Amino acid sequence: MAIEVRIPTILRTYTDGAKQVEGSGATLAELLVDLEQRHGGLRERLVDDGGLRRFVNVYLNDEDVRFLAGLDTPVKDGDTVTVLPAVAGGAI
Amino acid sequence: MLAISKDLYDKIVAHARADHPDEACGLIAGPVGSDRPQRFIPMTNAARSPTFYEFDSTEQFHVWTEMDDHDEEPVVIYHSHTATEAYPSRTDVSYASEPGAHYVLVSTRDPEHSEFRSYRITDGQVTEEPVTVVE
Repeated sequence: MAIEVRIPTILRTYTDGAKQVEGSGATLAELLVDLEQRHGGLRERLVDDGGLRRFVNVYLNDEDVRFLAGLDTPVKDGDTVTVLPAVAGGAI
Repeated sequence: MLAISKDLYDKIVAHARADHPDEACGLIAGPVGSDRPQRFIPMTNAARSPTFYEFDSTEQFHVWTEMDDHDEEPVVIYHSHTATEAYPSRTDVSYASEPGAHYVLVSTRDPEHSEFRSYRITDGQVTEEPVTVVE
């Protein structure tokens, strides 16, 4: 068992085109560190010094992790983590 | 080129008018690889702002999951500008994350006339494309 991570089209350059990859860790932060070993560059697209990037949405199962504990959100085998770029913009 | 039905075109404009002066946003899903916009999905602008839009993240998750289940993708991603022209702003370009989508902008600054234009936004490059309304 592992944690399944769904990758959006725009970030599949880091996963050799794979739509989903697997990883492990006790928290979302640990999972991203684990993924980085096999998918170099991915982590930087998701987090910066302040935590999760503002315009990237990360979901644990069907919950936005911002409503959970962000990078400290506990994860476990069998969970699904989904990454979606936020859809945003504006006139200015 | 974006080919879109009259019905879907009118729905986008009606949504933009209804939410004016706030920006309206949403998408039209279609079968993966088809380039055919078919299913109209208006979204909540979580920013509720006249100068900014952002899909509500929880709603986005459900819509994206549903598209995945139906082998659909976002063929059109639309939003309105309510006081400026229907051209992608720097903000629009920097957050554009679906290189395969047609980015439609509607301007509602003129109460009588709605400007409706479509673009590709790839790697920070904006390319306007013709819009053909089909029956």
